[in-house]
Amino acid sequence: MISFLLYKGIVIGVIFTITLLIAAYSTYAERKVAAFMQDRIGPDRAGPFGILQPLADGLKFIMKEEIIPNVSNKLLFILGPCIGMLTALMAGVIIPWGNTLIVNGNEYSLQIADLNIGILYVFGVVSIGVYGIMIGGWASNNKFSLLGAIRASAQMISYEIAMGLSIIALIIMTGTLSLGEIDVLQAGGAGNDWNFWNVVYQPLGFVIFLICAFAECNRTPFDLPECETELVGGYHTEYSSMKLGFYLFAEYINMFISSAVISTLYFGGYNFPFMNNLGLDHNTITVLGTIALFAKIFFFIFFFMWIRWTVPRFRYDQLMNLGWKMLIPLAVANIFVTGLVLILTRG
Amino acid sequence: MLTDRSKVVVKKEMTLTERLYLPAIVGGILITIRHFFRKSATIRYPEKKREISDIWRGQHVLKRDDEGAERCTACGLCAVACPAEAITMVAAERKPGEEKLYREEKYASTYEINMLRCIFCGLCEEACPKEAIFLTDRIIETDYTRKGFVFGKDKLVEPVAERVDVTKRQTKDVLDFKKHKEYSHNK
Amino acid sequence: MTLNLFYFLSFVAIFSALLVVFSRNPVYSVLYLIITFFAIAGHYILLNAQFLAAVHVIVYAGAIMVLFLYVIMLLNLNTETEPHKSSVLKIAATICAGLLMIVLVGSFKGADVLVQRSVEGAPVGLVKNLGIVLFKDFLFPFEMASVLLLAAMVGAVMLGKSEARTEPTNSKVP
Repeated sequence: MISFLLYKGIVIGVIFTITLLIAAYSTYAERKVAAFMQDRIGPDRAGPFGILQPLADGLKFIMKEEIIPNVSNKLLFILGPCIGMLTALMAGVIIPWGNTLIVNGNEYSLQIADLNIGILYVFGVVSIGVYGIMIGGWASNNKFSLLGAIRASAQMISYEIAMGLSIIALIIMTGTLSLGEIDVLQAGGAGNDWNFWNVVYQPLGFVIFLICAFAECNRTPFDLPECETELVGGYHTEYSSMKLGFYLFAEYINMFISSAVISTLYFGGYNFPFMNNLGLDHNTITVLGTIALFAKIFFFIFFFMWIRWTVPRFRYDQLMNLGWKMLIPLAVANIFVTGLVLILTRG
Repeated sequence: MLTDRSKVVVKKEMTLTERLYLPAIVGGILITIRHFFRKSATIRYPEKKREISDIWRGQHVLKRDDEGAERCTACGLCAVACPAEAITMVAAERKPGEEKLYREEKYASTYEINMLRCIFCGLCEEACPKEAIFLTDRIIETDYTRKGFVFGKDKLVEPVAERVDVTKRQTKDVLDFKKHKEYSHNK
Repeated sequence: MTLNLFYFLSFVAIFSALLVVFSRNPVYSVLYLIITFFAIAGHYILLNAQFLAAVHVIVYAGAIMVLFLYVIMLLNLNTETEPHKSSVLKIAATICAGLLMIVLVGSFKGADVLVQRSVEGAPVGLVKNLGIVLFKDFLFPFEMASVLLLAAMVGAVMLGKSEARTEPTNSKVP
């Protein structure tokens, strides 16, 4: 029991650290990617190539004066960013970061908890994430914050539906909600053991899920909650110092987790092609698989940034039209087609 | 019609591929990824400076003559010529025993250029009859206060030890040009 | 362990449910209601019904309560701007709530048989078993419920449509 707790504690600690580290360096990567796409250099002053920039930014956020508006609801004002951060970090629990490691004959899974409800847990956490924004926006007692919060929550709830529907087609296909099992079903192998990644079977579902992931993370082209021209800073107008940092940080963590979920669901997770044909031992494959998973995750984080510096934002009515009139019917059609094909092929 | 490039706006129905929106996004991301691998246009400033022209007009210098005496006689022509009215000065009479310091009997006891007003046009240099003021290729340092941008004689007059080279601006052509007062901008 | 968790969750659920009623600020009421829902989701997990817990959190805590919060935030109901309620209204509300309580108590009186059934370790609430139960034993009620929801959805769409017919549509968006 003690060793079990110790092992889980170590896994949780490592994943927690990695998540925060990647989120921190996402801010740096974002600025670098933006710069490169605009033929600039980006931050290069703090350390070689500016790699200490996240530290400098973090230090700046902590040192800044902390302002809590007099008319705000103090408890909820502080609670808002906490919930945002908490829910962002919670989703990492069920992502299979790798296959099992075998040490001294004991098998250690690199997934913190392989829940039976797997993907539903992610949805649950994401749906709670709205509260961080809503509570923060309302507690600020500022009309711009409130409007930003309302925009954010309406957007997130709307796209959650399409996201859930796009996943259902995948679940019909795989027959399981557990992310660990979905990963196993995509394992690459030889002969009869060969499995394609889910994106091959579910291209439409993947596109819908990706678009919804952009909307859920409040990323461009769906970054309407923050809008300088209309809403000042959106829901975090009144926030300063590390509380603002928490909101921004949570956004990057969400991006990382979304990338991980996309990689796991549609791109084979920790599996990579020919993994069972190389004749390597189990632990090596696991380590290589984890590296493959992170490569996929980094690609998707890059893709998030890539899109951000390419596509202009939608107008709010366009956003709602896209969500409700395009993505939801498409997702339903996708479910229908998937079900039909499965009935025809599997009898 | 100013140019022959004007186009008649036709608001036609979008085709299916256009309405799908995704092909347009793919086109967009291909453009941005091409820029991603392109050479950046940035020059890392303090370490690396952009090449500037030989006759770059930067921070002014008040020249001394060969003996180290200030050339300026506070005639005020530069201040008159200045379109931005950036130059102010106070004239004073040379005392006996100061011949080593000031070349002529009259000199500028204070001479100030407000670098925030200055437009670096070089008219002061052109107006100067005594070859006293020149613009150099030095760039004005930044400062936190407005006061810091009002350069007095302490910053403008060249130190005796380290003379500022202005030969690039004092070419023979320039000197010849200066002899012909009829070409001058300020009459 | 499980029993202690049960007591803890029950305490949280009842305590925050009471706070829903007693807090002056309606936004606080909604937030306490969310906490109540989480406690109930915890109960579901204790009963080995993970699926129900997840759906409960997604649907109730994650969607419906957000809409509640939404409306209350927009209404801007502060303690200062609270409209005066007539005593007739108060009496009517008390009677309604009392009747509801009688119904609840009455329904619980006949339910003591169910409590004795042990659910320890039984995978009744897992997705697979739930699906089998829903689509085999209770197919008809399940389908009826879905038809009901579909009808409600169609009704909502119709309500949204009729408004657009009166004025010229100008929102042509890809």
